[in-house]
Amino acid sequence: MAGTGEGKKEEADYKRLHSFPLIRHTDMPEEMRVETMELCVTACEKFATNNESAAKMIKESMDKKFGSSWHVVIGEGFGFEVTHEVKNLLYMFFGGSLAVCVWKCS
Amino acid sequence: KVPKPTKASSKKKVEEGVDTGDGWDEWSHGKALTKPADQLELTEAELKEEITRILTANNPHAPQNIVRYSFKERSYKPTSVVDQMAVHFVLEGSLLHQDSDEARRLRSSNDLIFSETATIDTGAEPDEEKPETPEAGEEDRPDSVASKTDKKEPKLTNQFNFSERASQTLNNPLRERSCQTEPPPRSIFSATANQWEIYDVYVEELQKQEKNKEKQKAIPSKKDNEKSKKKMMLMETQGDDFTKVGKASKIFERMVNQNTFDDIAQDFKYFEDASDEFRDQEGTLLPLWKFQYDKAKRLSVTALCWNNKYQDLFAVGMGSYDFSKQGRGMLVFYSLKNSAFPEYIYPTNSGVLCLHIHEQHSHLIAVGFYDGCVAVYNLKEEGLEPVYKSTAKTGKHTDPVWQVRWQNDDMDNNHNFYSVSSDGRVVSWTLVKNELVFTDIIRLSVNGAVSEGPEGLVVQRLTFHKQIDYLFLVGTEEGKIHKCSKTYSSQFLETYNAHSMAVDAVKWNPFHPKVFISCSSDWTVKIWDHTINTPMFTFDLNAAVGDVSWSPYSSTVFAAVTTDGTVHVFDLNINKYEAICQQSVVAKKKTKLTHIEFNPIYPIIIVGDDRGYVTSLKLSPNLRKKPKAKKGQELPKGPEVEIAKMEKLLSLLREPEQNAV
Repeated sequence: MAGTGEGKKEEADYKRLHSFPLIRHTDMPEEMRVETMELCVTACEKFATNNESAAKMIKESMDKKFGSSWHVVIGEGFGFEVTHEVKNLLYMFFGGSLAVCVWKCS
Repeated sequence: KVPKPTKASSKKKVEEGVDTGDGWDEWSHGKALTKPADQLELTEAELKEEITRILTANNPHAPQNIVRYSFKERSYKPTSVVDQMAVHFVLEGSLLHQDSDEARRLRSSNDLIFSETATIDTGAEPDEEKPETPEAGEEDRPDSVASKTDKKEPKLTNQFNFSERASQTLNNPLRERSCQTEPPPRSIFSATANQWEIYDVYVEELQKQEKNKEKQKAIPSKKDNEKSKKKMMLMETQGDDFTKVGKASKIFERMVNQNTFDDIAQDFKYFEDASDEFRDQEGTLLPLWKFQYDKAKRLSVTALCWNNKYQDLFAVGMGSYDFSKQGRGMLVFYSLKNSAFPEYIYPTNSGVLCLHIHEQHSHLIAVGFYDGCVAVYNLKEEGLEPVYKSTAKTGKHTDPVWQVRWQNDDMDNNHNFYSVSSDGRVVSWTLVKNELVFTDIIRLSVNGAVSEGPEGLVVQRLTFHKQIDYLFLVGTEEGKIHKCSKTYSSQFLETYNAHSMAVDAVKWNPFHPKVFISCSSDWTVKIWDHTINTPMFTFDLNAAVGDVSWSPYSSTVFAAVTTDGTVHVFDLNINKYEAICQQSVVAKKKTKLTHIEFNPIYPIIIVGDDRGYVTSLKLSPNLRKKPKAKKGQELPKGPEVEIAKMEKLLSLLREPEQNAV
């Protein structure tokens, strides 16, 4: 984005518009997906500046709710290739700049 | 009796014995033998003297001269019997006999004591125990405490030659069994997250949302959006599942029907009535499938139409002709392949009076209703509603629609059809995008040229000419037939005083361009040359004629149905005066036949009755006979031949008629 005022405005606009969670890929069942997504949103909002804590929170909550061995990655830029148990993966964007990947694999 | 010296000698012996003993010798060695002072001094001889002593059981101390007083003899008498026993020592014993009263008492009184008594018992002599424990046997006897306690226990073991016996069964070999569950299925997912990708996705999503005309940015709205999407998907998938099953079950239904009605199918394909050979000219009708639908049982068949593309499929319009019994109607489609259940069912609010399947686009069906509406159904569309329907706004008829006919597409390639109604209007309907556009072609009521009542002309039927595009005929309720043109809407080209009652059907001959047929409730069927305003043929069928239909294979063959339930088949080429087949085809006497239609390809006809049944009938060979060789060289086939055939007939008739006129 350009550093001009217009750019800033655009950026603000973008921030405002793009704050919603956007599920990029998932194979979870409906109920689980909604729950996981809400959990991710809560965690990312709670630890807006600390992705590690957010990831930890998500992981622990997921372990409690859906059984152990969940893995969570939160970041602004990363690549990954993970093996996951089917019906247990959620990859979503949030807040315009965060990518969250939650999966289960034991 | 014992002599005193023996006593002394014995003493001596003892002393000697003591002296001579080895043991004594040892410890007394070195010691001087002490001698009592009063010891007898004996000589050597005396010492060597042997003294013999005899031990007897007599008590030497016992008195031998006891004298007792005998009261019997009243004198003292020496008693000969002397007690010889000498008691040296007495000790009271503590042993008890176990059978004695005291022992029993002790046993019962105290357990502790009992054990003692047991000990006492065991101490008792074997002679005492013997009678008491005969069953225990000799072996048991010497045993002490153990045998006693054993005796109390139920089981007695042999203490002496007892041997323990045991056997061991074979142990089953150990087996190991294990199972393993399949690991939960896994899959691999990979992606890359970076800022531009996230941005792109968000922008795309926003655009999509905007496209959906949902100006939203909040999370909940987004969720709603998703939910609705999901629902849509669910609906779709469910629908898909249903149709999948639907198709399979449809095939299955047909298979079952094919099996059940195998004989009918065989008849339809192969049966030819052999008796026709001997009947010369007459023919018969063989009933094949009978079609009915439970929900349409009360309705009468008001229209029949074959599908031009799929020759086994035909449409049946259900409704009622009775003014007082109007209500719902139904449009059903049957296939010859499945006589048990309709292929398509469209319930309607008003009775169906007429229908027509588009000849090129066989999925389009124009339908006219009793309430004056016209509608177009599309078989390709799902749902029970018509795709087009006229409303009061879009110029619907005010009276029942009696006939609809598809026309060729207009210059803009829009489909269009004509409808005719009792209100006197002939309307052209054009299907434009998603609405029906109407054009009044002719208002017969305002044409004062003819002698209709002031309320308007009641049009019953119309038919369009095949070759002359603009020419069409309308039959009216009062029996007149008008020849009209699409181009001259102000007047009729011709009016035929055809019938004395309502015209039930008017149809052009499919081959001969000038000939048409009409039938009426006045029991007659008439064949016309449209250039001549008197009928060429008139047939009286002795009952109101419901419908008449030209055959598709011969210009001279037509069939009519009457309300008495009879089908009449004529071939003018064979018999100009009488039907070559008159056959009653209804099960009940009262049933009226309402419509008839020839299949365009197969030699069968379908007839509908007022009870909602549709019967298919096969024409016997005589009814579809090609002109015989005796007619000359008429072996070539084709429309020209058919036209010529009709023309020949007509020319025969024209001569005398013209003569008569």
